[in-house]
Amino acid sequence: MRAWGLIRLYAILVYVFMFSPIAVVLLLAFNNSQFGGFPIDGFSLRWFYKLAENEAIIRAFKTSMVLGLLTALVSTTIGVLASLALVRYRFRGKDLITTVLISPVLVPETVLAVGLLIFLRWLHMPRSFGLLLVGHSIIALPFVVLVVQARLVGIKREYEEAALSLGANPVQTFFQITLPLLLPAVFAGALFAFTISFDNITATIFWRPSGMETVPTQIFGMLRHSVSPEINALGFVMIVITVGIPLIAGGLARYFSRKKI
Amino acid sequence: MSDTAKEFDRRPWVLLAPSLLAITVLVVIPMSFILVYSFYENIDLAVDRVAFQLGNWQELLTDGYYHIAIWKTLRLSVIVTVLSAVLGYIPAYFIAMTKFRHKWLLLLLLILPFWVSFIIRTLSWIHILGNKGALNGLFMWLGLTEQPIPMMFNEFAVILGFVHVFLPYMILNVYVSLEGIDANLEPAARTLGATPWQAFREVTLPLSTPGLAAGGLLVFVLTGGSYVTPLILGGPNDFMFGNLIYDAVVSELNWPMGATLSFTLLVLLGLVVVLYSRFMGMNQLSKAFS
Repeated sequence: MRAWGLIRLYAILVYVFMFSPIAVVLLLAFNNSQFGGFPIDGFSLRWFYKLAENEAIIRAFKTSMVLGLLTALVSTTIGVLASLALVRYRFRGKDLITTVLISPVLVPETVLAVGLLIFLRWLHMPRSFGLLLVGHSIIALPFVVLVVQARLVGIKREYEEAALSLGANPVQTFFQITLPLLLPAVFAGALFAFTISFDNITATIFWRPSGMETVPTQIFGMLRHSVSPEINALGFVMIVITVGIPLIAGGLARYFSRKKI
Repeated sequence: MSDTAKEFDRRPWVLLAPSLLAITVLVVIPMSFILVYSFYENIDLAVDRVAFQLGNWQELLTDGYYHIAIWKTLRLSVIVTVLSAVLGYIPAYFIAMTKFRHKWLLLLLLILPFWVSFIIRTLSWIHILGNKGALNGLFMWLGLTEQPIPMMFNEFAVILGFVHVFLPYMILNVYVSLEGIDANLEPAARTLGATPWQAFREVTLPLSTPGLAAGGLLVFVLTGGSYVTPLILGGPNDFMFGNLIYDAVVSELNWPMGATLSFTLLVLLGLVVVLYSRFMGMNQLSKAFS
């Protein structure tokens, strides 16, 4: 099986290609040098301290967190409702509706951003945090729908029917039967939406009001000069948040589901 | 839920209403607006006049600068898509076919890059290719060169940045379609006398084309609509169509031209999506999520 050995080697090399640049950022965050690159002068945490004192970054960080959480809330709420309609009911034009719900992914984000901005301009409304919120929510919506829908298909309808036949009304059935069963999917969808919002830069550059920065636009602005070591430290923090939270959540979910059995 | 089919059921539409309303107001109406706005006239910085004139469209059709940008965008998108397919197919095949006990780990590592910030992944290439980057550090340490070799701020760096960021979409889509293939088919071809390569080429590869096509579509459309990657990794000549939109809207505040360019990009990339859905349908795209 020499061919298989080659395939394995190739796959490993591609994984190296995907991860080594990220590893380099993580490594350089601890570099003592005052330049954000090689060579490595020694281990130091000073750029993290610098980061904690940088008010612009802290402000951007807060904005991104609030924006991400609200985006997750909005897009997950309307996305779950839409998924329920798609999976639990039969109606005419379902294929078309599905395509419409996924359409924000198919429109290039740059175009989506400019379109919404021009519409707002026509309405004489200024850019605002609200624009970022609705914009991010619409970008995240298709992903939430796809994730929740995939999960909802796997939940047997009999449970809901049993509750209904025992006298629960549809709203009670939803909150006491469907939602608890759907919770992992809701959680996954919300996490997905948060990550999409937290990470977004393409549309955010167009939508943010002047003076407001999210973490990615802040980094983008800082890059104009050069890669400062602070950016590496910030990258480290961001990676820990966006990779760490889903990993811990997934790990906990596995742990608890095992415990039950 | 035993409703008679005759009666119109309002419930699904009530559930769908918030999403459909949001998409109508935030996507559908704005998309029609960029078309309307493309006929407006730009007078000065951020000042435009309601009009119906073809000036913006004429400029787009006659100014060679825009044509170069369309050509560059197309070229780059094709290169990135092909490279992603070449780089992505074999790892996807490996993950799908391996008997490795911890296959979940390989899959997790595949999903992981999606969670790492796009801008961090993009700027990380400065650490690899830049004057103070890993490669130049290595070359100078080995004594291969005295001065750092410039490898950044060119088309190569932009392509590398794109492939790095979009490759997981390709691998994931190919993997999903390879997983769906009946595992007995390749052995069956082998017992009928096919060589391993023939079995792969005649059975597995054709059956995995839907995944390859879905991944290719995503990579192509995502690359074609970008502007941030060339700004970070490219030089002054490495602009794409998205960069012209960015310049028109953010720097020149020429909204009508921004609208014209946006609509053009929408149509160009929309054509690719339509072409894809004619041949493949839209179902494959959602498979990667389940």
